[in-house]
Amino acid sequence: MRRFFSIDYLAALLASILILPSASAAEKVIASKNFTENIILAEIATQILDSSGIVVRHEVNLGGSRILWTALLTGEIAAYPEYTGTLSAEMLAGKKIESDLELRAALEDLGIGMTERIGFNNTYVMGMLEQVAESLNISRISDLQRHPDLAFAFSNEFMDRDDGWTGLRTRYQLPQSNVRGLDHDLAYRGLESKSIDVIDLYSTDAEIEYYRIRSLEDDRNYFPDYYGVYIYRLDEDPALVEGLHRMTGKIDDQLMVTLNAAVKLEGRSEPEVAADFVKQKFSIESDIVERSLFQRFVENTRQHLILVLISLSAAICVAIPLGVVAARLPRCGQIILGISGVLQTIPSLALFVFLIPVLGIGGPPTVVALFIYSLLPIIRNTYSGLHDIPAAIRESALVIGLPAGASLRLVELPLATRSILAGIKTSAVINIGTATLGALIGAGGYGQPILTGIRLDDIGLILEGAIPAAILALLVQGIFEFIERVLLPAPMRFAQTGQRND
Amino acid sequence: MLKLNNISKRYGKEQGLYPFSGSVEQGQTTVVIGPSGCGKSTLLRLVTGLLQPDSGEILIDGELLSTLTLPALRLRLGYVIQEGGLFPHMTAKANISIMAKFLNWEEPRIDARIGELLDLVQLSDDYLSRYPAELSGGQRQRISLMRALMLDPDLLLMDEPLGALDPMIRFDLQNDLKKIFARLNKSVLMVTHDIGEAAFFGDELILLKQGKVVQRGTISDLTHKPADEFVTCFINAQRHKFEDNEAVAE
Ligand SMILES: Nc1ncnc2c1ncn2[C@@H]1O[C@H](COP(=O)(O)OP(=O)(O)OP(=O)(O)O)[C@@H](O)[C@H]1O
Ligand SMILES: [Mg+2]
Repeated sequence: MRRFFSIDYLAALLASILILPSASAAEKVIASKNFTENIILAEIATQILDSSGIVVRHEVNLGGSRILWTALLTGEIAAYPEYTGTLSAEMLAGKKIESDLELRAALEDLGIGMTERIGFNNTYVMGMLEQVAESLNISRISDLQRHPDLAFAFSNEFMDRDDGWTGLRTRYQLPQSNVRGLDHDLAYRGLESKSIDVIDLYSTDAEIEYYRIRSLEDDRNYFPDYYGVYIYRLDEDPALVEGLHRMTGKIDDQLMVTLNAAVKLEGRSEPEVAADFVKQKFSIESDIVERSLFQRFVENTRQHLILVLISLSAAICVAIPLGVVAARLPRCGQIILGISGVLQTIPSLALFVFLIPVLGIGGPPTVVALFIYSLLPIIRNTYSGLHDIPAAIRESALVIGLPAGASLRLVELPLATRSILAGIKTSAVINIGTATLGALIGAGGYGQPILTGIRLDDIGLILEGAIPAAILALLVQGIFEFIERVLLPAPMRFAQTGQRND
Repeated sequence: MLKLNNISKRYGKEQGLYPFSGSVEQGQTTVVIGPSGCGKSTLLRLVTGLLQPDSGEILIDGELLSTLTLPALRLRLGYVIQEGGLFPHMTAKANISIMAKFLNWEEPRIDARIGELLDLVQLSDDYLSRYPAELSGGQRQRISLMRALMLDPDLLLMDEPLGALDPMIRFDLQNDLKKIFARLNKSVLMVTHDIGEAAFFGDELILLKQGKVVQRGTISDLTHKPADEFVTCFINAQRHKFEDNEAVAE
């Protein structure tokens, strides 16, 4: 996808400030989606490539498939781990793809290459406690037919999907009537307490090992295949491609479950788990640098501040003039306030999806999104600050002879300052909070630990991002209170415009 | 000094002011009186250019008021309104000197002029550094008057300049104002609904009712030769004020 020169330039400019994606020409970026398995796979690939002398960096947690796919097409990243089912059902939806061969050919048309299967198949499975399955002698889904009394509990997604429960029941002619939708975590607990017998899960879930769950064989081939592969750009360095191919057949379902469990249940870091793996399989010694809490804090703060500062200053420069126009020209004002109101309601993820094809991933689209969200409070407060100035004062300025421009500069804007500053303060706080979502598309900041924390269910990590973000918001409030004190003359600080009546 | 020829103003369905003619001669004070809503402020706002007349013309010192001449003419008008219209974010001094600064007067010239005006309105220079909210109502009106007089305007326009003050302060300021008008030989167009005040200041009184002139003339014309019942009613309703003032004037 080619971009306009000007936008390209702008993006490059922002990127140069924002580090991300600051890949020097030679540095390759391997990216991962925001779940553990994908991160482990990307980390393994990164360590293998690193050991063969390729300058490579792992961009962790880059959000969902869409974002990574787009980034791969635009060349911002070199490769990432993907699933065959996702590729054929989502990326290449509409094409009829029935085998890896056809899939590979279709990808090739887009300039994308695909490795052989890594081995495991991360698809839906029906799971039962090993012990229960053993006693009832169930190992395949079709065995369930013989036990109509079993209690089923499925995730809501599985209940709703066309290729979920409804299709499964038809394909296997399952007689069970005790079937309900249930949150995944509760389902595991229900299974453990034996109030539930069968649940849906992914074949590589870490919990399979933890709860000693038996995955039932899909003997009528109902579930689609989600084999793990790496996809990469065909114009990549052959050494990189070769490195990725070394993973062919190296991880089966069982091993993938173990690796996932090492992170999710034993609390080890992905780089550590990956390092153990490559040492065992390839005798590669990786020296993984774990950054200290303080180093992470400094880096996250830097990234977060840059996102907020650029987007907020740009918003201030644009929104105040717009607010003035809105106050001066009532017709125009309705339109301006209307449009900025609508922009405010666009969900941030949707906005990212719009922006990524144009601006890529990382800092630039995040800054633009934050900019857009910062407009409304400032425009609205500038507008109402000017609008609320008593007519007697506005008219006095005109009648004593000040031209409109001078009246705005000397009288009206100073009187609206409190309101405008309050708008900026609101924007700043919204901005600091929303900037945490930037981590979804690789912009870093305090959202990074929050995202990882949520994924690993690690409160400590969540707090590592949430606490500084809250403190930063308070700090910014304080700074604006200070600015207000400096900018406003004494009688304006607490009272709103207008004079005392006595 | 000021000539108004058949100016009128309509607000939607309501006629705020029917065609009105009149004048203010050099050094004279004309007072427009009438009950609330009769069109007094409308008349004044037409002269300041805040409103555009639907018909008629306004001549200030022989110059026709139009969008073209308005900016220059406004510098020759002094304007004082009920609450003073002072800018709350500026000190008294900044309020007074804002236009002089805008016109690039030198600092010494500004200071000298402010000195003269302080003398004139009988205010200590301690008040110059205060903000409007830190001044009493009477002090505010004196500052507002200083602002209006700063550029030495030809014509003073005053809309209820003493309206928000309590009786004692109002009384002091009335006396001071009258002396100032006489000393500066200013032409003044003043609006009030207080017949006593009108009697005290006005060389000519114009009584309005629902946008129309009921009678014009001196206070004795209005009391002794009322044009109709309304004039007598209007005067009698406030008779005590008017007599108080007459006693003072003597
Ligand atoms: N902007 C406006 N829009 C519509 N009607 C108006 C407007 N301004 C004034 N009017 C009407 O025009 C009439 C004259 O108003 P004006 O303000 O001149 O009265 P006034 O004599 O100054 O009264 P007061 O003594 O209460 O100040 C009133 O009936 C008022 O309701
Ligand atoms: Mg009025």
